[in-house]
Amino acid sequence: MTDNVVEDNSRRRFLVAATSVVGAIGAGFVAVPFLTSFSPSAKAQAAGAPVEVDISKIEEGQRLTVEWRGKPIWIVKRSEQALQELSSLNGKLRDPNSEVISQQPDYAKNAERSIKPEYLVLIGICTHLGCSPSYVEADNPIGSTIDPDWKGGFFCPCHGSKFDLAGRVYQSVPAPTNLVVPPYTYLSDTRILIGATA
Amino acid sequence: MKRVILTLIFLIPNISVASGGVQLQHANNDIRDKGSLQQGAKLFVNYCIGCHTAKYMRYQRIGKDLGLTNAELQDNLMFSAEKVGETLDIAMDKDDAKKWFGVNPPDLSVIARARGTDWLYTYLLSFYLDPSRPNGINNLVFKDVGMPHVLWERQGWQKLVDNKLELVNKEDEAKAKQYRQDVRNLVNFLDYVGEPAKVARYDLGWKVIFYLAIFFIFAYALKKEYWRDIH
Amino acid sequence: MNKMLDWVDSRFPLMSLWNEHLAKYYAPKNFNFWYYFGSLALLVLILQIVTGIFLTMNYKPDAELAFGSVEYIMRDVNYGWLIRYMHAVGASFFFVVVYLHMFRGLMYGSYRKPRELVWLIGMFIYVCLMAEAFLGYLLPWGQMSYWGAQVIISLFGAIPYVGEDLALWIRGDYVIADATLNRFFAFHVILVPLILLVLVVLHIIALHEVGSNNPDGVEIKKNKDPKTGIPVDGIPFHPYYSVKDIVGVTVFLMLFAGVIFYAPEFGGYFIEANNFFPADPLKTPEHIAPLWYFTPFYAILRAIPDKLMGVMAMGAAIVILFALPWLDRSPVKSIRYKGWIYKFALTLFVISFFGLCYLGMVGPTPVKTLLAQIFSFIYFAFFLLMPWYSTIDKTKPVPERVTD
Repeated sequence: MTDNVVEDNSRRRFLVAATSVVGAIGAGFVAVPFLTSFSPSAKAQAAGAPVEVDISKIEEGQRLTVEWRGKPIWIVKRSEQALQELSSLNGKLRDPNSEVISQQPDYAKNAERSIKPEYLVLIGICTHLGCSPSYVEADNPIGSTIDPDWKGGFFCPCHGSKFDLAGRVYQSVPAPTNLVVPPYTYLSDTRILIGATA
Repeated sequence: MKRVILTLIFLIPNISVASGGVQLQHANNDIRDKGSLQQGAKLFVNYCIGCHTAKYMRYQRIGKDLGLTNAELQDNLMFSAEKVGETLDIAMDKDDAKKWFGVNPPDLSVIARARGTDWLYTYLLSFYLDPSRPNGINNLVFKDVGMPHVLWERQGWQKLVDNKLELVNKEDEAKAKQYRQDVRNLVNFLDYVGEPAKVARYDLGWKVIFYLAIFFIFAYALKKEYWRDIH
Repeated sequence: MNKMLDWVDSRFPLMSLWNEHLAKYYAPKNFNFWYYFGSLALLVLILQIVTGIFLTMNYKPDAELAFGSVEYIMRDVNYGWLIRYMHAVGASFFFVVVYLHMFRGLMYGSYRKPRELVWLIGMFIYVCLMAEAFLGYLLPWGQMSYWGAQVIISLFGAIPYVGEDLALWIRGDYVIADATLNRFFAFHVILVPLILLVLVVLHIIALHEVGSNNPDGVEIKKNKDPKTGIPVDGIPFHPYYSVKDIVGVTVFLMLFAGVIFYAPEFGGYFIEANNFFPADPLKTPEHIAPLWYFTPFYAILRAIPDKLMGVMAMGAAIVILFALPWLDRSPVKSIRYKGWIYKFALTLFVISFFGLCYLGMVGPTPVKTLLAQIFSFIYFAFFLLMPWYSTIDKTKPVPERVTD
């Protein structure tokens, strides 16, 4: 064997390239099962299935917390007064008209950020760094320490982000966006299904 | 030496599961037959999960693989579960089971893999009346079995005559024939439950091998090309 | 690109490693079919490590959860079934490949001077591999896992005075239990693979130091081109053997895929039906046998009607392989130039190995036990009588150069 008998160099180069390409395609396919094995398993998906909630027992001004996909879901029944006060806050808010589309489904892109105005449904996770804010009612004395004109809403103890009773974020707080409204639908007047769209 | 070689030839490896010396009948089931699987699933939820579980199997998966909608699944198969994501895992109290049958009814998720489909098929066909047993029942494949013949209404009783099974009532002949089909469907379903990914496995396999065959052509041509230097 | 390589190369011997082990590693040009199995063993090792890592992400080493977590992998994890089958079938293929690799050494005298260390390190790899397979087999926590481990660990009980205490210490409980499963898991996923990797590197370093043997058993380094100093019968491993090995790998993968997709249990030889019953400490299966790759040694163990002697014979059957480089006194390496005695002896050895492999799988009967004793005798005689028959065997002259 000698080093200089490579007569048919182009054929050789072609075969090296072709084999490499076909091999790379194969390697890509081999990666698929390994990578998809990271996605939620059937068990995780089953555990994350939509949750049915009975909302008939919630009193006005009260909050019910349920779990969906391991996250706290808040359902707050807002009073007529609270709903009317929402628009008065618009000037203090970062995104009063819910322009950031990722933060709510289409059917909740309205003034109340909900399907039925009185019932607010939110994922109770701060959009800043994932803490769970606390619910501070309008008549709670702590409210005035958060904002002199506190109309009720949510306050994140971790870094002081503030949200109103529609989950809309105040200006000049660390949280960048409104709290997320999960997909949900009414099964009847008193039962909602969280995690699914009608 | 000759004897050794002769013995070797006759010792063809056989590591089948013990069957109490009974010749097993072939189940001849087809896991691609969705109709059969649906029938089998129905029998399973109606007759088996009173006592047994299949706790690694999810209803949702059954629905998906057998071509049933969630509503069909809930109406036809889910008598003991609420959510489609649940597994087939409610059974009787363990202590009760022990008291009534002397054993815990085993989980059936992988029973078809442990016993083999032929064994299950033959077993379900081989119950007979045996007055010497406390529950009056025995089985040719599984001697002194604790499980009662829950499907007897579909088959009719059998008795043992000269080590062969015979129907007690000859009129049950037609019923018994249908029963064989029922059992085949049930075993088919158990086969599926034992390895729900089996069909996907078969379907993916030839594609992988086909790809490798293509790759082989390139790899072989490449090798030939380089080895011209040496030969 | 070149600049980057230069940058690295002035800080790390990249090019010299590349040259030493691939581009300027001169291998004999007459490798045949039997020389595929070294690279295939490496491939399977990598496959086992990768699939193993992915399995640990969903497996639970807990006596209560282990069996269920395997079924979880088989059903609920996306493509979990494929990864699990690759790993389980891979274990058996590992032994197929390694046994063929070892048999190649046996045929062509690859263990002879100067390759004694290559053989010894290889033997350590083999022993590690057996440990790895044994440890891993407990993890699915089925009946065969449980009782197989119970039987093998009980063997330690045969050691005089300390045996029972030793077995207890290994198990960490009075029977195989959660503690045993946990430590087996740790050994299986960390300790043994780590040792294996180190040994494989040593195996290759040692091989590349002395150079590869070949089917003729001719030392190609004895015949170098005076100008270049390159063996005249040597060709660079890369690209010649790398492209050739890719062909071998492809064929291997086709067989591998065939089994994974169409016969993963391989009729009960790769995955035993009884292992689909969850471990039950109160009920022994009617018939316990290890997987096929251990059965030759298991058959030797059972062939001896005394517990301690049986264990010693089984151990000796493995230990004696280490001594092979010093047992063979033939003036030639390769079977091609050895006489009929060696060929006959090797044939008998292969028959008894297969015979023992089979006998270890089936239940003992008086005839089968007798057969196992005969085969065990041949097994040991092959090695122990080698210093004698290899010297009286009539050999043929070895050519100066390798043949095509």
